[in-house]
Amino acid sequence: MFTETPFIRRKRRAERIAQCFFAGMAAAMVIPLFLIIGYIVIKGAPAISWEFLTENPRSGGAKGGIWAAIVGTFYIVFFSLAVSAPIGVLAAVYLSEYARENWFTRMVHLAVVNLAGVPSIVHGLFGVGAFVYFANFNDGKKSIIAAALTLAVMTLPVIITSTKEALAAVPRQFREACWNVGATRWQTIWRIVLPNSISGILTGVILQVSRTAGETAPVMLTGVATYKLLESTGLFLYHPIRDQCMALSMHLYYIATQANNVPAATPYAIATVLVGVVLVVNAAAIVFRIYLRSRKKW
Amino acid sequence: MPVAQTMKIEVEDLRTFYGAKEVHHGISFHIEPNEIFAIIGPAQSGKTTLLRAINRTLEFTPGSRMTGTIRVDGEDVKKTRSVYELRRKIGMVAPLPVGLPLSIYDNVAFAPRAAGITDRRFLDGHVEKCLRQAALWDEVKDRLDSLGTKLSGGQQQRLTIARALSHQPEILCLDEFSIAIDPVTTMRIEDVLKELKREMTIILVTNLVQQARRLAARTMFLWNGEIIELDSNEVMFGDTPKDRRTYDYVNGIFG
Repeated sequence: MFTETPFIRRKRRAERIAQCFFAGMAAAMVIPLFLIIGYIVIKGAPAISWEFLTENPRSGGAKGGIWAAIVGTFYIVFFSLAVSAPIGVLAAVYLSEYARENWFTRMVHLAVVNLAGVPSIVHGLFGVGAFVYFANFNDGKKSIIAAALTLAVMTLPVIITSTKEALAAVPRQFREACWNVGATRWQTIWRIVLPNSISGILTGVILQVSRTAGETAPVMLTGVATYKLLESTGLFLYHPIRDQCMALSMHLYYIATQANNVPAATPYAIATVLVGVVLVVNAAAIVFRIYLRSRKKW
Repeated sequence: MPVAQTMKIEVEDLRTFYGAKEVHHGISFHIEPNEIFAIIGPAQSGKTTLLRAINRTLEFTPGSRMTGTIRVDGEDVKKTRSVYELRRKIGMVAPLPVGLPLSIYDNVAFAPRAAGITDRRFLDGHVEKCLRQAALWDEVKDRLDSLGTKLSGGQQQRLTIARALSHQPEILCLDEFSIAIDPVTTMRIEDVLKELKREMTIILVTNLVQQARRLAARTMFLWNGEIIELDSNEVMFGDTPKDRRTYDYVNGIFG
């Protein structure tokens, strides 16, 4: 009764081959990740010490640590997301929950898509014109705030897109059920839509941390100096945001290509710290998402 | 007495559209207060769209529009001052059960809370009353804090009915309420509907011809966006409805 026909056998063989092929491709994806991280960590780890992390660079970066760059990166990431996250999330809520299809929303969609496709160096040039010279936070010189705003413009379309996807994952019938009982759009958003999409929204925002931390070109043009110590190292993180700062990405570029007499391990150590920061943030995002998903309600 | 004051719902020359597609081709009818009014008809005949036009949720579908007039208690729904009050006046039960991702209690308390009621004692009593009317109380009274979305399909459907009753509507629209519910529970809810008729007007959209026959005073046979026949149940389910198609449809010899 259940004998295999040759046709079924061929099908099963094709099935196995296809599955192996796809699994292989999925595995291939993991290899570069481990190679990259392994290579960087093996070469850089010996140079990482408590002093390397907590001391400022000396002798043009050849000696000392990277404390100023770590703090600078933290500053830029924090302020850029402090601007782009609220604007992006609110804009996405408007676009997906309120807006109807008309010329205005089409224009916004067009802007989002195109803004996401602009190369980062172009964003950098835009930032120079708009935030360094026009807004002029620091007498025509670069500033943390200019760099943060430039990166905010850059991450905004991505946050809008990811937030819209998170909102769209909440089934439409929930909204209709709320509207049917006389709830307003805002009541529906506040009580049903946002509580059930917040994990996706936050994940999208947090993933932008790594992007912001890693960008070099835009911040190089708008806010990051090759060598700039913190105004005050006494207070944990005090630094005037109208001033320039250092950043890990830029420091890595500078140490690897421009500086003289640098120990061979130092660039890898900086890279390890940069990747480590990004991985820690991403891991936190993943844990957070798992936590919120475990509370998923349908 | 003017007609506008005696009718609960009046529909005049209603045309609805999804984009270029016309759903209703100019239908007119009225529903009297405290009657159970059944709407039967095959799929795609515009039954659900009609309900959505009445409580103005049709406008949430992009590209939809309507012409003609729908008056609820004499007030034109298109010109109503508060569409939210209109929707609160109409309880709507969708064909597929939707438990909101909230606790069972919060599901039923959602609408009163959205209307600004916060008194916990009132809500407690009100939630129990609505769940009892929907024949769900005995099954969930010990776990009101568990999620409404984790209930079975049939229970969720009754939760939907409880939610539709929770904003004390004057009109209750039931769109295929019984497709996910077993016959015994269906009969219990039908008994409740007969009770509720004293307090509200009920519009019953159903594919179960016998359900329309059991419950309604009048039945409307809608087909391809037109009213084939609308009359009392004696005529509609009798041996001589005016239109041959009505007889064929209710007797299951269509085609």
